[in-house]
Amino acid sequence: MSSTLIERVLPEKRALTTKPRPSDVAFRTVLNVMSYSSLLILAAIGGFLAFRGFGAFKENGFGFITHAEWSSIVGDNGKEVSSFGMGAMITGTLIIATIALFIGVPLSVLTALFLTFYAPERLKRALVTVVDLMASFPSILYGIWGFIVLAPMATYWAKLVYKYLGWIPFLSVPSPAFDRSPFLAGIVLSIMIIPIVTSVSREIFAQTPLERIQAAYALGATRWGMIRAVALPFGASGVVGGAMLGLGRALGETVAVYSVLNIVFKINWHILYGYGGNIASMIVQKFGEASFTEKKALLAAGFVLFVMTLLVNMVANTVVSRAVKSGK
Amino acid sequence: MATTTVLPRKPWKATKADLIPVFGALALAAILDFVVVAVTPMKGKIAYVLLFFIFGAGFQMALKWRNLGKRAAIDSLAGSVAIAGATIAFTPVLSLLATTIVKGAKGLYPGFFFHDMSVANYQSPLNQGGVVQAIVGTLYLIILATLISLPLSVLTALYLTEIRGKASGFIQFLVQAMSGIPSVVAGIFIYSALLLTTSLRGSTIMAALALAILMIPTVTRTAQEVLLLVPQDLREAGLALGATQWKTVATIVVPAARNGLITAVILGVARIAGETAPLLFTLGVSNKINWNPFSGGQSALPYYVWSGLGDGTELGIDRAWSGILVLLMLVLTLFVVARVFGTRKVKIK
Repeated sequence: MSSTLIERVLPEKRALTTKPRPSDVAFRTVLNVMSYSSLLILAAIGGFLAFRGFGAFKENGFGFITHAEWSSIVGDNGKEVSSFGMGAMITGTLIIATIALFIGVPLSVLTALFLTFYAPERLKRALVTVVDLMASFPSILYGIWGFIVLAPMATYWAKLVYKYLGWIPFLSVPSPAFDRSPFLAGIVLSIMIIPIVTSVSREIFAQTPLERIQAAYALGATRWGMIRAVALPFGASGVVGGAMLGLGRALGETVAVYSVLNIVFKINWHILYGYGGNIASMIVQKFGEASFTEKKALLAAGFVLFVMTLLVNMVANTVVSRAVKSGK
Repeated sequence: MATTTVLPRKPWKATKADLIPVFGALALAAILDFVVVAVTPMKGKIAYVLLFFIFGAGFQMALKWRNLGKRAAIDSLAGSVAIAGATIAFTPVLSLLATTIVKGAKGLYPGFFFHDMSVANYQSPLNQGGVVQAIVGTLYLIILATLISLPLSVLTALYLTEIRGKASGFIQFLVQAMSGIPSVVAGIFIYSALLLTTSLRGSTIMAALALAILMIPTVTRTAQEVLLLVPQDLREAGLALGATQWKTVATIVVPAARNGLITAVILGVARIAGETAPLLFTLGVSNKINWNPFSGGQSALPYYVWSGLGDGTELGIDRAWSGILVLLMLVLTLFVVARVFGTRKVKIK
């Protein structure tokens, strides 16, 4: 009797190692490199705009930021005489953004409070969808709606405001021209920032610790008492961050403002009066017929806008993420 | 033996007897509102709305004050203000949708979707010309911008969720900062980098590059959220079975997050589909279908609307409304599709 030997084939022993496989090395390298794409894009935007606009900065010096005049005339000898200043546009942008925040933020906070503490569950879910929907509307829709539907109403409101509050310096007007004013542009922008401010505020309010809410009720607080003592102090920093995100939007909005605002290169403090300034819209307005030199100046203006919005957004994001973290 | 079921009682719930005075007060406010507007010189919609709010909130307050005291009255006022604020904030949405549908429907006819603008201009009667070239252009832009931004976004999101390297916080910060870039800046950046000093002219690919810059942050952030939803157990199971990290990500994590990643792309597309400002610098002009994305001008729906609005004539603006209606339908479809995929993604949890 012969016994058959069963031959067992064992795989070769693998050396234990912490050395990553080539596929992993490649994978990690690709991810590491690609993750810097956002840095590359931001740097390229800043770099190119600053590089192209450098001439305009150099020629106009500090006046590029402070002067209100923007002109480029080709003289008789064929030489171009130009003077570029963005003073009116920068102040105009800030004025319009301030109006937008002044109207939009209180409405957004009230909406967020309503959604978090007042609305029944079903209505709340529906309205949160509507807020998201509002954020996805194209800006040109706000522009054409603002121009056709809102403008006549806003002119009427401006007249009312002027009639009763015209004695306040910035609400007065040199002559009765109320069309296409910064006031109108501010209202359009305030509608456009409502979704972002509302959703950030709502997220923060929703994180209010339940035990604090219940503690307030147990101590006999009314709903408003609870909101004032618990929700508002808790959500304040989040609301501020949301408002700053809204400010970032309002500073950079182009098409909607262009559609409703009468852009004139003069500083205008009368918000109801029919002209104003806005950097982004001014770039669109001037670009089509601009000469090479003027185009470069417009790119420099774009650089200023880029830096402004980037700074505002960075601060806003830091504030929001801190608020969200402290809530958790 | 008869059994009785004790139904849960909700003593805090408002009974009918509680609601009668509330609605009674509102009805009274409405009546008083009409009377005051009719009698006094105050006229117009503002007067109606404002007075209704004052009377309504006032009556409710008085009611609460009489029954429950001062603090209840203040509480009721705060509630009224919150409701009023939310109402004001949501009114524009109704107006936007209603106006777009009413005004946009006027210029729609079957040919609007099949004709281009080479046979008509903005002042032609509304039954000539159409947006087929703009629809093709917008689809081209969406496809190209997605092809450019998707790899960058998903890889960045994977870096943030799978590698979690030292630079994660910094990258996250940059992506958030990127989401604040104004659209006009993206447009003039592509113009200054590629078009200003070269012989290149505006074309579909240039506009797609500008749009991709705007799309990347949206897709990255959504993709990151979705990848974080993939349970850690799945990753550990993959590694425990001896798969390398690359295999785990490619065969387990990404397939598990597939629906969510589709949502991310759709949200990104919805973000850029209606962008107008970058197109003004990078797209060139075309009133016919241009099948070549690399040379020659192109049209797009937002650009069509922009031109109609810029035309300024009544017919031009009518055309713009029709264009915006088509664009809005596209965005709404994307929105609904993203919702459907977005709710499905919860299942992998």
